[in-house]
Amino acid sequence: METPIRTKTVEERRNVVILFAGDSGDGIQLTGSQFTDTSALFGNDVSTFPNFPAEIRAPQGTLAGVSGYQLHFGSVEIFTPGDQCDVLVVMNAAALKANLNKLKPGGTIIANSDGFDAKNLRLAGYIDKQEPLTDGTLTNYTVHAIDVTKMTRNALADTTLGMKEKDRCKNMFVLGFISWMYSRSLENSERFLEEKFGKKPEVLDANKKALLAGYNYGDTSETFTTRFEVKPAPLPKGTYRSITGNQGIALGLVAGAQKAGLDLFYGSYPITPASDILHELARHKNFGVKTFQAEDEIAAICSAIGASYGGALGITASSGPGIALKGEALGLAFMLELPLVVVNVQRGGPSTGLPTKTEQADLWQAIHGRNGEAPIPVLAASSPTDCFEMAYEAVRIAIEHMTPVILLSDGYIANGAEPWRFPQASDLQPITSPFATPKVEGDTEKFLPYLRDDNGVRPWAIPGMAGLQHRIGGIEKEDGTGNISYDPLNHEKMVRLRAEKVRKVVENVPPLDLSNGVDSGDLLILGWGSTYGAIKTAVNEMCAEGNCVGHVHLRYLYPFRKELGDIISRFKRVLIPEMNSGQLRQLIRAEYLVDAKGLNKIQGMPFTSAEIKAAAIEYLKQ
Amino acid sequence: MTTANEVVSGNGAKPGAVRPSAAEGYASDQEVRWCPGCGDYSILKQVETVLKEQGKPKEEIVFISGIGCSSRFPYYLDTYGMHSIHGRAPAIVSGLRAVRPELSVWMITGDGDALSIGGNHLIHLLRRNVDVNVLLFNNEIYGLTKGQYSPTSPEGAITKSTPMGSVDHPFNPLALCKGADATFIARAMDRDPKHMREVLLAADAHRGTSLIEIYQNCNVFNDGAFEVFTEKASKPFRTLFVEHGKPLVFANGTKGIKLDGMTPVIVDLGDGSTSLDDLWIHDQHDSFKASILVRLFDDQVQEGAMPRPFGVFYVAARASMETKLNAQVALAKQKKGPGDLDALLRGERTWTIQ
Repeated sequence: METPIRTKTVEERRNVVILFAGDSGDGIQLTGSQFTDTSALFGNDVSTFPNFPAEIRAPQGTLAGVSGYQLHFGSVEIFTPGDQCDVLVVMNAAALKANLNKLKPGGTIIANSDGFDAKNLRLAGYIDKQEPLTDGTLTNYTVHAIDVTKMTRNALADTTLGMKEKDRCKNMFVLGFISWMYSRSLENSERFLEEKFGKKPEVLDANKKALLAGYNYGDTSETFTTRFEVKPAPLPKGTYRSITGNQGIALGLVAGAQKAGLDLFYGSYPITPASDILHELARHKNFGVKTFQAEDEIAAICSAIGASYGGALGITASSGPGIALKGEALGLAFMLELPLVVVNVQRGGPSTGLPTKTEQADLWQAIHGRNGEAPIPVLAASSPTDCFEMAYEAVRIAIEHMTPVILLSDGYIANGAEPWRFPQASDLQPITSPFATPKVEGDTEKFLPYLRDDNGVRPWAIPGMAGLQHRIGGIEKEDGTGNISYDPLNHEKMVRLRAEKVRKVVENVPPLDLSNGVDSGDLLILGWGSTYGAIKTAVNEMCAEGNCVGHVHLRYLYPFRKELGDIISRFKRVLIPEMNSGQLRQLIRAEYLVDAKGLNKIQGMPFTSAEIKAAAIEYLKQ
Repeated sequence: MTTANEVVSGNGAKPGAVRPSAAEGYASDQEVRWCPGCGDYSILKQVETVLKEQGKPKEEIVFISGIGCSSRFPYYLDTYGMHSIHGRAPAIVSGLRAVRPELSVWMITGDGDALSIGGNHLIHLLRRNVDVNVLLFNNEIYGLTKGQYSPTSPEGAITKSTPMGSVDHPFNPLALCKGADATFIARAMDRDPKHMREVLLAADAHRGTSLIEIYQNCNVFNDGAFEVFTEKASKPFRTLFVEHGKPLVFANGTKGIKLDGMTPVIVDLGDGSTSLDDLWIHDQHDSFKASILVRLFDDQVQEGAMPRPFGVFYVAARASMETKLNAQVALAKQKKGPGDLDALLRGERTWTIQ
């Protein structure tokens, strides 16, 4: 065999954004997540954004069926999956049409030419004999058309697999090619394939062959003269793993229950994008985790309340529509004053809305969405790794303060991944359950289930504790005894006592710590939830350019932290970017009488840092 | 690691555990506030009697209820108790049982609570066979909201919300439960406490969901709904008390029920044409016959109406959800060892930045 002429050069890049796109059956998510893994293991900082249609298998070749996976990796710190991509990998014409606007001018398109036949072009809506790969419309980009289908089939000519199964290996050809392009070894991907297809040697062999064929194609084809290198990022020293937001929540919940010494009961009804928490928890029964797939959302939360009543840690999770159904039971948990964690992985609403897209529009629902006055601590995670920390914090508050806690995440960080310098179990803050003191022989004093401690917290007496039998319920109760009471003054007292207990939750939380930029000056960008990375990137850039901008990111949304008012008052202007019409903004204006301005995007898609930066600069000019 | 369960029940010593004396009983210090003459009093009394007879420690008994007149029940017993929200008691029971399978759990519900707003939860409780004694107080009316028709009110029922008569076909509660694969089905009535006590004891002995429908008179909004079954004059002819292994006989022994193929027919026993051996012998383990028995649900004003059966209709052995769930947890611990939190946090693949 003739040795290829080695004229290839290697160029270094600080950071690269690749968007893999294809039919939802093309294995795009797998290609993307595998290359992410490889990059993370190599030492890059990474951030990802999987974006897929609500339909499991939408009609092939159509715009509705396009699935995408965006990966941002770099030798520098990365906070978002990237505003626009450097490289767009498309498996068919629809994938190109749906994503071309996300490609930077001058960017590279790697296209599977087989996905641009007449049928695919028609399905994608290219009309009048438009042929984007060849008709000159893509002259602003570098286009590499590769017949991935044909080359994959050729590479697998010797295998006995059917044509359909051979074609399923196309994504591995692409992964192999991209691995070559970014100077990555195939070792990690091969190991992954061995784990996944170890029991199907033929399929394993075919996938490995396709992977290698893709790599070799890059290496030998004279079309490609340059490959790239992205060096490891200077991340803090330590041992890392990759984690998605939903994994982070599941692990945070398990860790919290373990540190509290409680069994974890998870009652849940399947819903996008929260179901992966159920899948993850169901795998960890050896931690005393009991998962219960309930008949509906109401049963899911009620079973969790029953478990907490029994002395376990009851947890439920859902997305907006499911949380709406849980409203009455949340009120019950609030009245019973039992620990309960309720996770809302938000999606686009209202009603069924945009199930697979992201939004932050359930903040008011979380804070206000109950009858009567039923304040509940509301927390929000700001990134996949923060999902772990806030889930752990939600468990701690629920148990130590005997209250339901709502934790907000969203589809963007739930499915996105980033490197996580995971903690040691011994470093996690201890969690103490306020169990009632057992009665001793001869103690005939009546047990008071609603006698509060300094934090307003009542004792947790659970069935089986002798002499502490008591009755609780959703009806208003007499202070101390918990007996039914319709007394007017007692009701007002109880409403205030319960609110005061919840208010005291923020007296025991760490100081505001997610801030960056300056701590006083011209503009404060105040955010919450998954906008963290985009705001941070924008603020870093603006500060580097000499602007006087600060960033505070709220993880405790109800009650607000005491110091927040002071911080707000130190800035001339306040900008609040949200993926809703201005829910936090209205709360901030009401609480602090500040003329905060909103930056609102309601498109089912996260902010780009450029959007935030542009709005901030515009606002500073006013 | 110590779990909450072990904190209280693992060390064997139970500080303060005292079995109540006969005089003290299981009643709480709360004043019972049902309307005078309500059938609920009789049920409360029998439950107290049964608890006393069994002598279980109070702290190991839990009563969970939903919303409705009957759902005030837990407040009146000195056990653990929760008066929850409308229709959701089965879900709360399911979570409690999953984490505390050693407790004795009772669920108190009514026809509106169990069959209307909580209908979905009830059928799933039954299919999962969660180990709980369900007392379904059926008074065929909404009492606490002052007199609207319920899902068991007969068609044509004139109530506050149906001035021209109900147009809804009522549920046959026990047929519904049989359809949901209940493993214990029984019917009792407030006016026959002795019989109710026997049924309660049988229900408590059963492992799995024991569902007892109890006809309970609401003397304020639906007085006399079950009169034909409870009054001395009509009771023998309109009711059929079934006992395992015994023939189906009623009307003071003058009539019986025989199966003609799949069809139950009433036969006279006095004329010598039919012997007791020819009658339907009740077998509480026979699922097919139980499906026919629950269908003896005739309107009693109808000519030739079948008498209404009372007693234990059906008992089947099937492992409960919580038994299987806890077995999975035990198996996982045995196979993988107790959870190692550091290993969980580390995951399958890591890398180190030096």
